Amino acid sequence: MTTQYLILSGLLFAIGAMGVLIRRNAIVVFMCVELMLNACNLAFVTFARQVGNLEGQIIAFFVMVVAAAEVVVGLAIIVTIFRTRRSASVDDANLLKY
Amino acid sequence: MESPVEIVQHTAGGVIGLSWLMIVLPLLGAAILLVLGRKTNRWGHLLGVAMSLASFVVAVLGFFALIGLPDDQRRQAVHLYEFIPGMVDMGLLIDPLSISFALLITGVGSLIHIYSIGYMAHDPDRRRFFAYLNLFVAAMLLLVLSDNYVGLFIGWEGVGLASYLLIGFWQFKPSAAVAAKKAFIVNRVGDFGLLVGMFIIWTSFGTLAFGDLGAKVNGVQDGTTLAIGLLLLLGACGKSAQLPLQSWLLDAMEGPTPVSALIHAATMVTAGVYLVVRSGAFFFPEGSTAALAVAIVGAATLLAGAIIGCAKDDIKKGLAGSTMSQIGYMMLGAGLGPAGYAFAIGHLITHGFFKADMFLGAGSVMHGMNDEVNMRKYGGLRKYMPITFVTFIVGYLAIIGFPLLSGYFTKDGIIETAVHHQPVLGWLAVAGAGITGFYMSRMIFMTFFGEKRWDADAHPHESPAVMTVPLIILSIGSIFLGGYLILSNTLMKFLAPAVGRPTDLPVFHFASVPGLATLALVAVGAGFAWFRYGRAEVPVVAPRGSFVTTFARRDLYGDALNESLFMRPGQWLTRIAVFFDNRGIDGVVNGLAAGIGGTSGRLRRLQTGFARTYALSILIGAALLTGALLLVGNI
Repeated sequence: MTTQYLILSGLLFAIGAMGVLIRRNAIVVFMCVELMLNACNLAFVTFARQVGNLEGQIIAFFVMVVAAAEVVVGLAIIVTIFRTRRSASVDDANLLKY
Repeated sequence: MESPVEIVQHTAGGVIGLSWLMIVLPLLGAAILLVLGRKTNRWGHLLGVAMSLASFVVAVLGFFALIGLPDDQRRQAVHLYEFIPGMVDMGLLIDPLSISFALLITGVGSLIHIYSIGYMAHDPDRRRFFAYLNLFVAAMLLLVLSDNYVGLFIGWEGVGLASYLLIGFWQFKPSAAVAAKKAFIVNRVGDFGLLVGMFIIWTSFGTLAFGDLGAKVNGVQDGTTLAIGLLLLLGACGKSAQLPLQSWLLDAMEGPTPVSALIHAATMVTAGVYLVVRSGAFFFPEGSTAALAVAIVGAATLLAGAIIGCAKDDIKKGLAGSTMSQIGYMMLGAGLGPAGYAFAIGHLITHGFFKADMFLGAGSVMHGMNDEVNMRKYGGLRKYMPITFVTFIVGYLAIIGFPLLSGYFTKDGIIETAVHHQPVLGWLAVAGAGITGFYMSRMIFMTFFGEKRWDADAHPHESPAVMTVPLIILSIGSIFLGGYLILSNTLMKFLAPAVGRPTDLPVFHFASVPGLATLALVAVGAGFAWFRYGRAEVPVVAPRGSFVTTFARRDLYGDALNESLFMRPGQWLTRIAVFFDNRGIDGVVNGLAAGIGGTSGRLRRLQTGFARTYALSILIGAALLTGALLLVGNI
């Protein structure tokens, strides 16, 4: 059973990572980040179930809390960028460079 | 031989206790003139003269206070303050030797001050000139009055500084600036010798005070005292322009003429003779190797200076050559032990008078001839400058040793003592006297006799009284002083408490063999000069002359020697150092900086600003890390 869960977790993580790398829309990139976080959560919970203790479960909760906080800040930033530049593309926001 | 008497600590008050005023007054004058600056322009020269004269008055009073004491009390140490705790107590030593110098320095110095009022009347910087003159006098007085080598050294350096400032007084002339630097640097070589000599004295004997050294050295002569003696001699050579450190003296003529008179007559060049005589009892006793070295240096220099003097067309440089030569006589005398000291100091004093007389006379001539110094453009000046002519003639007769004038007694004393103690050097001195007769007569004939060879715009005239009165006073001293000092051994008896004296006082012979030989040679020299420059016409443009003339004109190749031995190798050394600095040290530093700068310039291109690129690099990094961990098998 564990193997299947872990494969699912890996697939979800890979999809999330690809989304971050490929998509330009900041909202989608953000969603993909959430997908990666939750893929990790799945892996934590799986291992916790297999080992038989609660530590992985607890960490999953921590990740969710952090992700929630991150969503608040991240969405605020994205909305502000959209308001000022009329675009939510991550490639357009490239002023901070060499 | 009688040794110097013990130094007694001065306790009573009186003039001797106030002798520090001699140094402080001119120093104060210099300070006021320099600090208040232009505000003192109107009366600055008067203050300078007043301070110098006040110092002279203190010296005269001190002299009379000293001769009022019995012989064994005539070395009075005046303690001033603790200078370096446990090492040097600053104090003054008032004894016949130092007071003789003090009288010469302040007396002739004051006359030169007075003369300068007239000579520098048209110079906008006259006030600064007097400040430096006062500084010069103060430094020289500290040099001769100090009771230890450290005080002497401070005065020694002060004299060097003042001479630098005065030689380069017209610093807008590049030649004057260069001459000042040259005098300063050549003097540094001598100062190095004096300083190292002082170091050895301190480590060997544990004292630098003249009063304690006698007991510590105790007449012992070994390698240490010889080394000290030679190092002190090096110092004396620097200040007194003796071979091999003579080269600065001729260039020092770039300064205003009163400066030349001050340097040559009253101060500066006499310091070396003073050092040798003052240290005589410790490091240059009669018959020691160091004393012989002093005598040899003196004899060599008196010939070299005389030869240089023969070929100079510049009146001041001719006189400078003669100074070298006369100081050579003094050094020769100082190298003969107590028998020669009185004659050396006597010649120093009379030379102070007749050389100041002639330098100021030369200044007076230049003053009337639009600052022309080339004697080939003088001629026939005796009718136009009668006072200058007469006083100059007196100085001239004194320096060539015309019988019964000052120079005759003192120079003849040195020659006879030298012939008696060191026959070879003595007869060289006789020859030098003959050459002196030639070059001084040449100067007289070219300047005051013969046809007029003036420039078209020259209007020679007699100088004002403020310049001629000092000349007259100096020439009176040039006539009578020598006979007074030498004939009944007045000076030798007076100096004995300070420097010792031979058991048998010398008797002055008017018809001794060396004396008559000297007179004969002087007459031949003067006659030859008349034959060449008095009777014959003097060409306005200097003829090429033989190789001997060129040799003398080029100062016996002294400058060329210094240049090839010291200056060129020094330049090479600096060039190598500069090359190494530019290419080696700068290369490493600059290369490193350029390398870092270039690399970071390329590396910063990685910061593209695209968030997705960063994400990709994070992913690749994480993947590599995971792969590496898997590979190591450490999970």
